[in-house]
Amino acid sequence: MTDDLYRLTIGELGVLLKNKEATSKDILNSYIKRIKEADPKVSAYLYNDFEEAERNAEAADKIIASGGGFSPLTGIPLSIKDIFLIKGKKTTCASKILDNFISPYDSTVVRKLKENNYVFLGKTNLDEFAMGSSTENSAYKTTRNPYDLNRVPGGSSGGSAASVSADLCAGSFGTDTGGSVRQPAALCGVVGLKPTYGLISRYGIIAFSSSLDQAGVLSKDVTDAAIMLGAVAGFDEKDQTTRRFEVKDYAGIVKKADKSLMKGLRVGIPVEFFSEGLDPEIGSKISEIKALLKELGAYIVDISLPDTKYSVADYYIIATSEASSNLERYDGIRYGYRYKEEDGNGMQNLDGLYRKSREAGFGNEVKRRIILGTFALSAGYYDAYYKKASLVRKLIIKNYKDAFGKVDVIIGPTSPTPAFLIGEKTADPLSMYLSDIYTISVNLAYLPGLSMPVGTVKNPSKQGGVLPVGLQVISPWATEDRLLSFAKIIEDEVKFRENAGFRKLDI
Amino acid sequence: MNNNDSFEAVIGLEVHSQLLTKTKMFCSCPNIFGMEPNTAVCPVCLALPGALPVINFEGVKLAVKAALALNIGVNRKSLFARKNYFYPDLPKGYQISQYLDPVSSNGYLNIETDRGEKKIRINRLHIEEDAGKLIHIGNQSYVDLNRAGTPLVEIVSEPDINTASEAAAYLKALREILVYLGVSDGNMEEGSFRCDANVSVRRKGDPQLGTRAEVKNVNSFKFVEKAIEYEIERQIDVVLSGGKVIQETRLYDSKENITRSMRGKEEAHDYRYFEEPDLPPLILSEEFISEVKNSLTELPGVKRGRYVSEYKLTEYDAEVLTQDKDIAHYFEVLIKENGGRVEIKKLANWIINELLSELKAREGEGRSLIKAGDFLELITAVESGSINRNTGKIVLAEMLSSGKKAGEVIKEKNLAQVSDDKGIEEIIKQAIDENRKEFADLIGGKDKLFGFFVGEAMKKTKGKANPKKVNEILQKNIENYKSGRS
Repeated sequence: MTDDLYRLTIGELGVLLKNKEATSKDILNSYIKRIKEADPKVSAYLYNDFEEAERNAEAADKIIASGGGFSPLTGIPLSIKDIFLIKGKKTTCASKILDNFISPYDSTVVRKLKENNYVFLGKTNLDEFAMGSSTENSAYKTTRNPYDLNRVPGGSSGGSAASVSADLCAGSFGTDTGGSVRQPAALCGVVGLKPTYGLISRYGIIAFSSSLDQAGVLSKDVTDAAIMLGAVAGFDEKDQTTRRFEVKDYAGIVKKADKSLMKGLRVGIPVEFFSEGLDPEIGSKISEIKALLKELGAYIVDISLPDTKYSVADYYIIATSEASSNLERYDGIRYGYRYKEEDGNGMQNLDGLYRKSREAGFGNEVKRRIILGTFALSAGYYDAYYKKASLVRKLIIKNYKDAFGKVDVIIGPTSPTPAFLIGEKTADPLSMYLSDIYTISVNLAYLPGLSMPVGTVKNPSKQGGVLPVGLQVISPWATEDRLLSFAKIIEDEVKFRENAGFRKLDI
Repeated sequence: MNNNDSFEAVIGLEVHSQLLTKTKMFCSCPNIFGMEPNTAVCPVCLALPGALPVINFEGVKLAVKAALALNIGVNRKSLFARKNYFYPDLPKGYQISQYLDPVSSNGYLNIETDRGEKKIRINRLHIEEDAGKLIHIGNQSYVDLNRAGTPLVEIVSEPDINTASEAAAYLKALREILVYLGVSDGNMEEGSFRCDANVSVRRKGDPQLGTRAEVKNVNSFKFVEKAIEYEIERQIDVVLSGGKVIQETRLYDSKENITRSMRGKEEAHDYRYFEEPDLPPLILSEEFISEVKNSLTELPGVKRGRYVSEYKLTEYDAEVLTQDKDIAHYFEVLIKENGGRVEIKKLANWIINELLSELKAREGEGRSLIKAGDFLELITAVESGSINRNTGKIVLAEMLSSGKKAGEVIKEKNLAQVSDDKGIEEIIKQAIDENRKEFADLIGGKDKLFGFFVGEAMKKTKGKANPKKVNEILQKNIENYKSGRS
């Protein structure tokens, strides 16, 4: 039985640990075996650290044996997107410019995980500096979708999503700036939660776009998402954008979620999320959920978020502007990659050092965004771009505020298409940017959003294969309890994990 | 050489002053000068990936204090902004500053000029962080980030200054206030108080402003004046020779006393300012502002005026007493405890003539003032005549060294003044008996010998005799003798 431990959820593993039916070491061994067997195909990890994992598991087992300090993440092996700093560990953000960077400090998320005595399995792949929707922008490797190894896992937290989907960890921490947790979660058939901006500290997370970045969780089910959120949420004096929200017992609340809660609940369907560009098969999956909710007694309310049609454009001004500034620190002076004269010529002076180091250190998508953002902030363009984008953002916030005056939650597709083929969109950045068309406005409005698998569509390029479909759920500011409860009820009805017809992995 | 008189200079100053906080503006590293390079650093001020700034409210408090003292309106809501540029001493690639909505705007400072008081308007005061330092050794450059992230206020004047000496007066007044409030140490040489000058010239009466040049690197009061003087001359020469002043940044070279072009307008940075997304807007409550207001000490200028009008001191005395905040405070405590017994003017003299010189002599030993009550006891002893002024000085020195009270010192050293009439009478009689001839000469009109007898009496009492009494009684003896009653 211990061989199959890797298939279990955090909640299920917690019961085994508590009842002493398995040790953390047993669980870890199961994962190590699974990783050795499956990760060469998936390439979810940038690196593993099994020695560290073993130390963590032994420590956790001691704590469990002693009977004290047990938390739901104690002894649970997790993967971490390589954007979170861990003291003494390499953190590259999938960029060559941080190739040699060993972090001298812990991010707040990791500090809290350590306090919970989790087990660190390794760092997962991502799009360089979290810029991308397919993880193809990694400077190191291409991660594959466990449902079809020729397809992308989504991004930027593609390594995290794939690692959860392929059971290469019990859960994973990612980040979501415009959909980077939810979209890969949808494409890989796992749960992805991006909490309200300010609920989880950004301290020690490599910044892409400070006003949009938020840590998120990728998990096998909704209960696990609640457990993981509870462990890391909360005000942090090191991040002044965190809020003094009340951190609720999300796992406890989710446990109590009952379908009677659906009675009379007002569920908003934004007309803008069902316009052209949406794969009709995904559209019909979402319609099935609509029908299910109606059956459970919810009111389906058609709503409009009129200004969300500007979200992608708005996002690519704000995010790139902030990124152009956030990435200035990678200058080859203090740490990271520095161009050396031996590497070629052209570095005559300080400017040359900057130019050459950044030219060789950053990948194309990162450069594209730095250029875009630099342009948008330049004198003479600021008013037309950045300032206007900030105003549009306010309109989008207001759209959601108005909508939540009428409905309790909003649902729609997470992604307009299922997982696409590797290389399919790399030549066309705009079509890649549209992968996040439904998720981006949630970041702009600082709201919590979740993607959960609700079924599959046929894989057109693989006989008998399927590709997961994600449902996106959005709830008002700081109502993760409502969001998770709602998702849990749907999960109990859909039973995605239990359905062998849904879980048809390509490994 | 040129008809300078037909020109007028228009000058605006940008002053950067470091704030005397314990820690840096956005992290908890110590804010101290002179540590080993790169030892006062952390992930935040080194700009490691993932690090985030946290506002130091002590810095905000000092900035607000300065703003209130400079009559600048404090904004209840202000924003931090990023000023982006690449330089090795700027680890993040941007400086956290304030741009569109500074913490404080619209104020003024009155300065003294040859033509009387002049109001210099202040456009704004904002908070920002300092950069690190580059150290060049040979053809190598080294980066020290100890200073990176230390708090600064930038104070921008309106172009209300017309001469180099006015600029110096403005700077001096500004510095005095900031130092007095404990906001800044005002050290120009160490760079904790820096000034850039925007200078332009125009023909008198011309409503149009001339093109300005920004003069940087003026790191002493003397240089500010010289650099501006040079720059005004240079611009007038340019105009008179038919040229045009160009908008540029110029560096002052103090060795040659000239300014040199550093970069032109075309090379000017585009700083791409935008709101700092890592920090929330800075919201200051009424309570916070009034708390700072209440902690505000009376400024030296105001205090000086009050000393002259209320205590009837001379301008000079008022100036000396207010130069040091602690001394001014001590003086006021003295007045309060004295309760009108000793004249205020006398109290002032005691501080200025005796205490300050004693303190000066002890400089470096770590100053500790004696209690105001103890000092008053000493002053009263002298003023009432129980010891004389010279003995008073000795007692004061002893009090400062040992911390003992005046009474103790006087008793221990047997310094009490002989001032009872009988005692002094006897001593004078003795002196006359011992110096008959001199006394006869004195009576005979050799008035100079009066001092001789006073000296004799003082010698006999080891200086403890009350000189006033000695004078009186000696005079009486002379008169008695003259009238034949002796």
